[in-house]
Amino acid sequence: MNPARKRTVRLVVALSAAVLLASALIYTSFSAASPALTPSQLLHVAQPGRSYIVTGTVAAGSVHRAGSVLTFDVRDRAGATAVPVAYTGTVPDPFREGREIVVTVEKHGSSYVGERNSLITKCPSKYKTAPAGENQNA
Amino acid sequence: MAGLGYACLLLALAVCAYGIGASLYGVRRNRPEYCASGRRSIYALAVILTVAMGVLEVAFLSNDFAFNTVAATSSRTTPTFYRAAAVWSSQEGSLLLWAWLLSLWSSLALFLTRKRMRDVAAYATAILLGFGGFFVSLMIFYANPFATSSPAPAEGVGLDPLLRFPTMMIHPPMLYSGYTLCTIPFAFGMGALIARRLEADWLKVIRRFAFAAWLFLGMGILLGARWSYSELGWGGYWGWDAVENASLMPWLTGTAFLHSLMIQEKRGMLKVWNVSLVLATGTLAIMGTFLVRSGVLNSIHAFGGATLGVPFVCLIAVLIGGSIYTVVSRRELLRSENRLDSLLSRESIFLANNLVLVGLCFVIFWGTYFPLISAALTGQEASVGPPWFDRYTVPLALILVLLSGIGPVISWRRASLANARRNFMAPLACAAATLIVLLAAGVAHKTFAITMFCCAAFVFGSVGQEFVRGTRARRAMAGEAPARALLALVRRNRRRYGGYIVHLGIAVLFVGVAASSSFQHASELQLGPGQSTKVGAYRIRYVEPTASVTPKNDRAHTGSTLSLGAVLDVTKNGRHVATLRPSEGFYASGNPAEGSVSSLIGGQAVSHIGMDGGITRDVWSAIAPNIEAPGLKRIVTAGNATLPPEEAGIALVYLARAYLRRPPPTQFHFLVSPLVMWIWLGGLIVFGGGLIAAWPAPSAVRSRVAARSRARALRGLARA
Repeated sequence: MNPARKRTVRLVVALSAAVLLASALIYTSFSAASPALTPSQLLHVAQPGRSYIVTGTVAAGSVHRAGSVLTFDVRDRAGATAVPVAYTGTVPDPFREGREIVVTVEKHGSSYVGERNSLITKCPSKYKTAPAGENQNA
Repeated sequence: MAGLGYACLLLALAVCAYGIGASLYGVRRNRPEYCASGRRSIYALAVILTVAMGVLEVAFLSNDFAFNTVAATSSRTTPTFYRAAAVWSSQEGSLLLWAWLLSLWSSLALFLTRKRMRDVAAYATAILLGFGGFFVSLMIFYANPFATSSPAPAEGVGLDPLLRFPTMMIHPPMLYSGYTLCTIPFAFGMGALIARRLEADWLKVIRRFAFAAWLFLGMGILLGARWSYSELGWGGYWGWDAVENASLMPWLTGTAFLHSLMIQEKRGMLKVWNVSLVLATGTLAIMGTFLVRSGVLNSIHAFGGATLGVPFVCLIAVLIGGSIYTVVSRRELLRSENRLDSLLSRESIFLANNLVLVGLCFVIFWGTYFPLISAALTGQEASVGPPWFDRYTVPLALILVLLSGIGPVISWRRASLANARRNFMAPLACAAATLIVLLAAGVAHKTFAITMFCCAAFVFGSVGQEFVRGTRARRAMAGEAPARALLALVRRNRRRYGGYIVHLGIAVLFVGVAASSSFQHASELQLGPGQSTKVGAYRIRYVEPTASVTPKNDRAHTGSTLSLGAVLDVTKNGRHVATLRPSEGFYASGNPAEGSVSSLIGGQAVSHIGMDGGITRDVWSAIAPNIEAPGLKRIVTAGNATLPPEEAGIALVYLARAYLRRPPPTQFHFLVSPLVMWIWLGGLIVFGGGLIAAWPAPSAVRSRVAARSRARALRGLARA
């Protein structure tokens, strides 16, 4: 095989492999992904046996611990709809009532069970927008 | 003070605008004096932003709560060290830090290149000032660090207690130095493309800065991992979080560039690839900064409500569009001088290493931005979790470690069978011996871990062999003692052997990752005093509770108001191993509406872990005391109702006593993780190897000194 043809074959093989791998990556990302929903969306679409990522704030007065199970309600950022979550696993230090959280849940009857160690609490103090009325210029 | 700071920002913007204009005018009209003036604009920018940084630092240290950013991220009770570092804990302050570091590193780069590649440097100056102007504009129009409120609040909110951790204070400057240093090769690469000066010179100019960017970014990432392990109370060091990934991506492409650069230097190949990597690394650094500030993705570090998304998207679009256009339009100048001779050669291994690194970067990019991609394609935002990342990154990491062992021992151009036999026997023997020992130890079911250990053993073998052969050769030539010969070998070939040490460090680091993720024992449960649990081979007993009211002198010196914890006794086979003292610090919320006592403990609660760390394993513990237990809650409620704020501290004393007398069952998190120390050790080895590789070789120093003395002599002759 002449060198130019050899190079072309190599290039085609390499590109085909890259395309195959990229296709596998894209396919698995769509099949393995969990939809991110608000509590009100979750109430409408949740089906047992499927996992969902729910984002919202921890409702005031809803946090209780019974043994290793932490129960709390996740409320819409703007709205009153909330879903109850029973969670086991690591609880990040910033977790508390009123904080914005992200947790992966599965529907079990009328409540939701949080996937172990999936609870994320958004960093509370950094990079917040300035409160209204603050003088933005010196 | 605030006025001075804001004036500095306005002046900085004017200087950037002038510098861009002067540099472009100078290079287009061939007027070197304008190019020099543009370069001096960068120095001026560095001075102006140093003054601005100084103003903000003084405001933090003097508790000037008229500054909004000081009031939001500092307080009188925040310890001085953390107050000084709180400057970059806010959006506004961190933007100033970014711009300041950019101006300092750019000044250094342009000073060192003031007599080389003047046309390329002029374009680079304009681009770097463009970046500087962008960040200064963000501060002026979106996030002013010198914004004030009147009347000033009497007390600030305080630095988030989670950030009160020594390495966390160094982490942002390291990471931002990495990001800003990434823009320097970008600027010179783009300058070389625009000026059509694509000989090897521009690579020589940027090599050291690309290396420094890689080093700073790597150390920043490692410091962040250490903070996560020690401070966040979950015991992990990497969670595939969007912001973590954002810093890893430019590091991966930067690593790829540092390898493929050698191929261009030695063989004149991969020119398009190299310039593309440089441009991609710079763009990914800006994308990382965008990800932190836009709040577009959910992350433990996501900063909800941030408003900087649109300007960053515009900048990134310009960078990507500009990069593609210039590379495509200059493709004729980027043709390779040579072709790959054989697939069994060092060039091929470097190329494979590059493909793996870029593949890793692509996987991480796809997973990180998948919520945005899925929202755009399907209308539904969805995320992939750590298992998805692990599925792709684990095999790629294994290949990468293996290649880092093959690279140092395979020949350039074409490896012969004899060469392969001579160079691969020792590394393969190391890998085989490791495999036998591991199988004998009965860990065959941990496929990832044993494969990684074998790959690492291969790297130790190949790198060790190179050191032994080099030392032997020196001894034969110079008759030196072994230690002296080894030192001389490294000293005279710093780049090569520094690189090998980096490979060694990476292998050590990955051994730590593989061991700690595959053989970790974890337990989360409630215990009362006297109760115990078994974690791996260890028994951990809750001996007694601890409590202290420590407004200023808590063990971690972070300014907590109350600390509740436990004393734990760790034994193995009935023998005492360690005593652990995990605790949780409670901090003031600064919100009087919560009640006089509640406001003293209503802020962020932070774990202070108890750990017995060692070279073979870490026994790690965190505690989450239930401050809402009925007995404790009664004290808080009564205190809120009866005590004025100035006397509320008394209730904390009662709270601590009640906790010590009748401790409620407490939630513990225990981990026994083998070889975690190897991760930090590996990082230090990488850092050390990087420094050795980046240090100028004695011959280079000698030639520079000789050139300087020649120039002095010539000047003297000319005067005479």
